[in-house]
Amino acid sequence: MTDYERHSFDVVVIGAGGAGLRAAIEARLMGKRVAIVCKSLFGKAHTVMAEGGIAAAMGNVNSNDNWQVHFRDTMRGGKFLNSWRMAELHAKEAPQRVWELETYGALFDRTPEGKISQRNFGGHEYPRLAHVGDRSGLELIRTLQQKIVSLQQEDFRATGDYESNIKVFAEVTITRLLTAPGLTEAGRIAGAFGYYRETGDFVAFEAPAVVLATGGIGKTFKVTSGSWEYTGDGHALAMRAGATTLNMEFIQFHPTGMVWPPSVKGILVTESVRGDGGILTNSEGKRFMFDYIPDVFKDKYATTPEEGDRWYTDPDNNLRPPELLPRDEVARAINSEVKAGRGTPHGGVFLDVSSRLPADVIRKKLPSMWHQFKELADVDITKEPMEVGPTCHYVMGGVEVDPDTEETRLPGLFAAGEVSGGMHGSNRLGGNSLSDLLVFGRRAGLGAAEYVDRTGDARPAVTDEMLADAEVEALAPFHIEGGENPYTIHADLQETMNDLVGIIRTESEMVEALQRLEGFKTRVSNAGVSGGRTFNPGWHLALDLKNMLLVAESVAKAALERTESRGGHTREDFPGMNADWRQINIVCKAVPGGVEIHQQPLAPMREDLLELFDVHELEKYMTEAELPKGEH
Amino acid sequence: MGYTAKFRVWRGDPEGGALQDFSVEVNEGEVVLDIIHRIQATQAPDLAVRWNCKAGKCGSCSAEVNGKPRLMCMTRMSTFTEDEVIDVTPMRTFPVIRDLVTDVSYNYEKARLVPSFAPPADLEPGDYRMAQVDVERSQEFRKCIECFLCNNTCHAVRDHEDNKSTFSGPRFLMRITELDMHPLDTVDRREVAVEDHGLGYCNITKCCTEVCPEHIHITDNALIPLKERVADRKYDPLFSIASLFRKEKVGERGRDKAPATPGAKVEPKHGE
Repeated sequence: MTDYERHSFDVVVIGAGGAGLRAAIEARLMGKRVAIVCKSLFGKAHTVMAEGGIAAAMGNVNSNDNWQVHFRDTMRGGKFLNSWRMAELHAKEAPQRVWELETYGALFDRTPEGKISQRNFGGHEYPRLAHVGDRSGLELIRTLQQKIVSLQQEDFRATGDYESNIKVFAEVTITRLLTAPGLTEAGRIAGAFGYYRETGDFVAFEAPAVVLATGGIGKTFKVTSGSWEYTGDGHALAMRAGATTLNMEFIQFHPTGMVWPPSVKGILVTESVRGDGGILTNSEGKRFMFDYIPDVFKDKYATTPEEGDRWYTDPDNNLRPPELLPRDEVARAINSEVKAGRGTPHGGVFLDVSSRLPADVIRKKLPSMWHQFKELADVDITKEPMEVGPTCHYVMGGVEVDPDTEETRLPGLFAAGEVSGGMHGSNRLGGNSLSDLLVFGRRAGLGAAEYVDRTGDARPAVTDEMLADAEVEALAPFHIEGGENPYTIHADLQETMNDLVGIIRTESEMVEALQRLEGFKTRVSNAGVSGGRTFNPGWHLALDLKNMLLVAESVAKAALERTESRGGHTREDFPGMNADWRQINIVCKAVPGGVEIHQQPLAPMREDLLELFDVHELEKYMTEAELPKGEH
Repeated sequence: MGYTAKFRVWRGDPEGGALQDFSVEVNEGEVVLDIIHRIQATQAPDLAVRWNCKAGKCGSCSAEVNGKPRLMCMTRMSTFTEDEVIDVTPMRTFPVIRDLVTDVSYNYEKARLVPSFAPPADLEPGDYRMAQVDVERSQEFRKCIECFLCNNTCHAVRDHEDNKSTFSGPRFLMRITELDMHPLDTVDRREVAVEDHGLGYCNITKCCTEVCPEHIHITDNALIPLKERVADRKYDPLFSIASLFRKEKVGERGRDKAPATPGAKVEPKHGE
């Protein structure tokens, strides 16, 4: 075994987006020594791409808003498959998490009274998203990054060392979680193993608690708003270590990604464009969303453009326009329009804000969209419409966690943010991701700190054997003679998932996808690398491919199993929503050679939460036996 | 529609390196980063390059394209002629790690030396009140995506390695201004700006502003106002324009300031 760095921490946080940084802050405030491990430079994580805002029922713009309304909207958005306890905690705690950001130095846009301004978004009954123009994610990550720095400054004043309590390991990729025997069969976390991308040197962490905050899986699909980092690392690390994932069949295709030019296909166009008045039209000039209001939302959306338009100025007496339906509905509608031959020249639909708002207002409210289209597509969105189409944006599924502590099925392993599952059910509302990161990032940090306290001095050991084994695995691609180019394998995998397990699914295609994935197992283990270990992206990709493959198999297997359509899972062969399936989570587990799935019942919703809904609405989702007794 | 472009990409490590020739396909609408990725996927799988969002939002793919500091993801191929040879080299101011990847840790070290935001001690979360007009000046600086192109370009460090120990570059001087203009901040950073961050090295040549991909007016809106604030204007003929600061720290200059917007609450400054 070669010589390399070994570190000992109380808590290791993997991932430095919103959830990871908030978890690290909380664990440090609880007096723990924390490592933050991130694949990119500090402050570059995917959170930076979030545009619209942070959903929190502060009631600054419409005082009718409160946590109960936010809870209801979240459950409706997720088609009632959400972990209701997570949706409850999220709705209750989001305002505090946003206000806390102001104490760290965040500067949100303001209302005339000087409070945090809130904007409209799809599926949210009231203006709810705290924002900074359309760069809200940047504000969130920079604020958390700067809070970490301020804690390091505090530590420096106390100890003379900035890194005495929080150390950031930038450009480090974790390839394996290390586990030791525990009280149960699952064992428990002992640490993590990975490599410095810059040098290729290995690094080992000894820690009783690990928080996964690695984000999503977008790079498994061809058209995605995700960056290279989105390779499903946390999902795969957790499963290989013995934890479980759930709801993996639910993938959010954001309705509005750029479609032209090809090099930017998939890049996100914020939902704020619609929240601020933008409309969707087809090649015939028709505002088509009025044709796509599903039964469950019939009495909640405007049925004419005139009423929809009135809502922007008089929301109390009019219904909102259907452009602001939850994302799954809008994405499917766009898909149908294009399929019916009413698409734009480049295979999307038109999203127009130029005829709806004055140019200076557009530039003020949507500065980065204006910039993005001007510089990347030669389109001036103040003068002409954008062309947009669905793009793989978010995975609702993720690591199964306890709703209150975010602990996974593996003791010592916690998960928060996009990598965790349950909170968003079958479809996430826009704006609920940034609030999710803060609420459950904090809870995961707290959960990990309390776990460390319970562990005391009895810390599991990282053995030389564990490390030697992990090292062999990480170096394997260098020892393949004449191996296949990992970039080619990746492109083919993305194509397979996009074409066969994409936005609209059917049994025969998914069966074919699963057959092809078997072939990819051989190809991925035969991925070869040229060059050395110093910052070698080919090697990095060869290792990431294993994670993407495990995730792809989880998605395809779960999607084949669920014979209904709900949220981010649309079956052409089973187009209806089925109340029996609403009571079921599909759980994925790694087994030798692949993924095993099983069905697991959801816990019934607590009575007082059930009472927040009109029984006639619940009837649309639930079986007779689940409805509140004696009221219908 | 497509054509074959000639690229010269710097490849090497701290020991040394050279421009390497590539002939590579270019299609309509592509940017320099697309071409670098194509080279990586088809000709040089181990070509080292940083990137994340590919949309000008994360500030990872900074490099120099034909000698100009740029984000590769925001440099469109249509800005070059088809017969033009395109050179892509790493940022010059920071030490090379490999190929187009540089060691930017200088920036993170400087960030740690800026005294953090300090709100009034008795102001509760949820009670922050600020007028839009008052937050907008700092918001401009918070658009910064930390691509570090400004610090790469500033000649005070680009051409003078030894200044790195005493000068933090435009990025972190702007961060000081940002905090100083925060309506609820309570710390005076004027001395720190000069002593720890080398404000005096800046002679407002605006090179930083020119390369900023976010089009932040670094020199006019951050650096000059900071210099004004630090210098006693009576004795400094360089800066005769009116102060751009709307915020005055209560007690500092012995006068209170009314809220800019009726109803907005101005918190008393503490610790001064």
